[in-house]
Amino acid sequence: MGNLVSVRDLRVSFRLGKSHVVDAVRGISFDIPENSAVALVGESGSGKSVSAMSIVRLLPENAIVSADSRIEFGGRNLLTEPIEVLRDIRGKDITVVFQEPMSSLNPVFTVGDQIAEVLQLHRGLSRRQSMERVVELLNEVGIPDPRPRLASYPHELSGGQQQRVMIAMAIACEPKLLIADEPTTALDVTVQRQILELIANLRAKFKMSVLFISHDLALVGEIADQVVVMREGVVRENDSVVRIFSQPKDPYTLALLACRPRLDAKPRRLPVIDDFLSADGTTSLAPVVLAIAAEIRQARPPEPVPIVEARGLRKEYRLKTGLFARKQIDAVKDASFGLARGRTLGVVGESGSGKTTVGMLLMRLVQPTAGQVLFEGKDLLALSDAALMAYRRRIQIIFQNPYASLNPRFTVGQILTEPMRVHGIGDSDDERFAMAVALARRVGLPPDCIHKYPHEFSGGQRQRIAIARVLSMRPEVIICDESVSALDVSVQATVLNLLLDLQDEFAISYLFISHDLAVVKYMADDILVMSQGAIVERGPSEAIYEAPQHEYTKKLLAAIPRGFQRVPA
Amino acid sequence: MTAATIGGKAIVPARPERSAGVWATAWRRLRNDRVGMVSLAIVIAFVLLILASALGLVAKDWQKEIGVPNAPPTFVGARVEEVTKDPLASLVAKDAKPVDLSDIDPLAPKYKEWSERAAKIQIADPPRAQTLPFGADRLGRDVLSKAVKGAEISIFVGLFAAVVATLIGTVLGALAGYVGGKLGDFLEWVYNVFTSIPDILLIFAFAAVLGRGIGTVVMILGLAGWTGMYRQVRAEYIKHRTREYVRAAEAIGVSHAQRMFVHVLPNVSHVILVRMSLLVVGFIKAEVILSFLGLGVPVDQVSWGTMLSEAQAELVLGNWWQLAAATLFMAVFVTAFSLLTDALRDALDPKLR
Repeated sequence: MGNLVSVRDLRVSFRLGKSHVVDAVRGISFDIPENSAVALVGESGSGKSVSAMSIVRLLPENAIVSADSRIEFGGRNLLTEPIEVLRDIRGKDITVVFQEPMSSLNPVFTVGDQIAEVLQLHRGLSRRQSMERVVELLNEVGIPDPRPRLASYPHELSGGQQQRVMIAMAIACEPKLLIADEPTTALDVTVQRQILELIANLRAKFKMSVLFISHDLALVGEIADQVVVMREGVVRENDSVVRIFSQPKDPYTLALLACRPRLDAKPRRLPVIDDFLSADGTTSLAPVVLAIAAEIRQARPPEPVPIVEARGLRKEYRLKTGLFARKQIDAVKDASFGLARGRTLGVVGESGSGKTTVGMLLMRLVQPTAGQVLFEGKDLLALSDAALMAYRRRIQIIFQNPYASLNPRFTVGQILTEPMRVHGIGDSDDERFAMAVALARRVGLPPDCIHKYPHEFSGGQRQRIAIARVLSMRPEVIICDESVSALDVSVQATVLNLLLDLQDEFAISYLFISHDLAVVKYMADDILVMSQGAIVERGPSEAIYEAPQHEYTKKLLAAIPRGFQRVPA
Repeated sequence: MTAATIGGKAIVPARPERSAGVWATAWRRLRNDRVGMVSLAIVIAFVLLILASALGLVAKDWQKEIGVPNAPPTFVGARVEEVTKDPLASLVAKDAKPVDLSDIDPLAPKYKEWSERAAKIQIADPPRAQTLPFGADRLGRDVLSKAVKGAEISIFVGLFAAVVATLIGTVLGALAGYVGGKLGDFLEWVYNVFTSIPDILLIFAFAAVLGRGIGTVVMILGLAGWTGMYRQVRAEYIKHRTREYVRAAEAIGVSHAQRMFVHVLPNVSHVILVRMSLLVVGFIKAEVILSFLGLGVPVDQVSWGTMLSEAQAELVLGNWWQLAAATLFMAVFVTAFSLLTDALRDALDPKLR
């Protein structure tokens, strides 16, 4: 079995400004054998996407590829071929599926036209011939009743269907290599599972190779034959999937495998990358770390009196669908639950399940249609704005995206002192400033951070700033709305550890909202499972995972990637 | 500074080196932009010039008639006096003696007396220059001084009208975008009424009601020109209103006014600044048109617009320098300002990761 693509000593850097050059990929080599699946795994900034896009030369204008680098495909060096040759290869021999199906499809053309364009371009088919082929392709990627779908626009399809259309477009010319750049990251877990199975099936059927790019090692384990683990532009480990999962050699691979919360164990704290890599980045401290991980967190006894209680919470949105026609959408239907002091209540569900709306309703950031939110017996929803202020301080929220939730024009000091000023905490600006410094230190930010702006920090550090901001009000309840979902797995672990430490220290209650079942399982004492606005199942987290009752919960659990387990092709 | 204790630890905070703010980074990026820096230098030169002119250091005597009417620029050279030929010359004998009329002229005895008296009261008319650095207008006033004085008025009008328009547009736009609802609908209605009238008609209407004067021109342009700013600020506020950082501020308990002006405004300020500099350019041109049409600055003042308006008549006679001076000043300033705007837009791009 020969190699379809050989990447040799690939170096890519980006020119930022006049003399500022950043190395993204520092001399990597790997092969993609014929009829096999290779996965590039790494966290953000590892250079995995840049490496893959170099194959089809879809790099930004400011990218510089070293002259010594070679990418061989069919006896040619793709890096030096003229662009016309490359244009012929793209879409025909090598195709790409991107992460965001909604933004990869052109919103003003129908699905049929977009797929047919590839066929007309590379196969020279007429419009009628290509449309026939498009119907076959849509059938192939599992879109039910494809013929009427030809005239649909992308927004009329769900996210999973859009990704299927993208895949149909990619396999239209029966390519030799399909590059899938995080194809399931934007999708719900159950849809992710379907797409994964689809790619596996198509690969077997068309005898093509797949280069699968992902940050999720567990996901990759299900689909890849060969795994390339990358970090900071360097290949850390390149081995068969069996060996990567059974005997990882590189401490970084080990760390990646260990820092994801597991479904079968609940350690006291999660190991983080730093535990595995010492200062010089090579020596392994793995045995020590695995000992930490083995320390099991005991299930806490249930607390009978809730600090916050939701009763019959309901939110409907009315959409105008015509001059007089109104369509009613129930974002949340009759949600009732209680959250005990110092405990964590997890809320799991896929997009559109209403889990975020529940958080917003508790904070009164969204006005409910009906229901009560009792905070120590007092109905928050009936309070006037002025009376609410006293409670605002005590119930707080950490948002999903630390890149969006911090005002870019405020320094960290301003961000941390503002809530104190609003709520009259501290007597003087100097005192508040001192408290801000202490808070920053408590959440593990560098001491010189206080005069910096949010853009100078990494995603994990920004989420720490957001946590410190919330802590500045000394809240009793914190709603974590997908608070770690935007972070890399290793960073996720550090933030989760921090949240657990803070809970122990200040007896904070968390309402932990996430689509990530493993994370929720790790964090929560009790779990609510939501689907289409309704709570379909509730119970202690162990019980839910061991013996799910509701069909939907079972489906969700089955969809979690479990590492090295073949997808039945 | 008081020491705070959190978690039982006493912490004495130090104030470390301040990190470069958004404006400082923007300045650093602007400094790398050669075109932007040249434009900035030109704009600053103009600002210094009009400051000097406003303080009376230069172009104070722009109304003095120091040259011959329509004196050409020095680099063109003095006008060659055309020897006008007497059309009757050929008919009159060349050496014919003047006819002595003194015996029949009743006023003859007084001529001598008159000429003596005239010699006594004759005022010393200052010698008028045949050429001036950039020529003279029809009254003999220095075109260069006029252009400098005109710059003062034109740029002043442009800047202040832009400030007025920006204030109106920003406040209304922020309200419409942030509050929305009934108030937003009402402001949209006002906006639609304003934009449905052709600008120039609107300006005429204001001009007719308010009378002439620099203040009036500023008000007219400001009142007629806020709509674009309003629309853009409104769009930005609608975009930012639902951003997570504003949501986060709401969750903290920050008031509406604070969210509008402390949180959102700095994040849209780059849009406002760029739009405002576009308005300055637009208003300088609008003032020129107004003055050209006779609705602009009063007759005893000069702006680039009045210069262009005068030039219309002079051009027929071939006296191009007034037109050239006004156009050159305006073109240099407006181009530099526009390029600076462009550079500012690049430098202030808030996509900071």
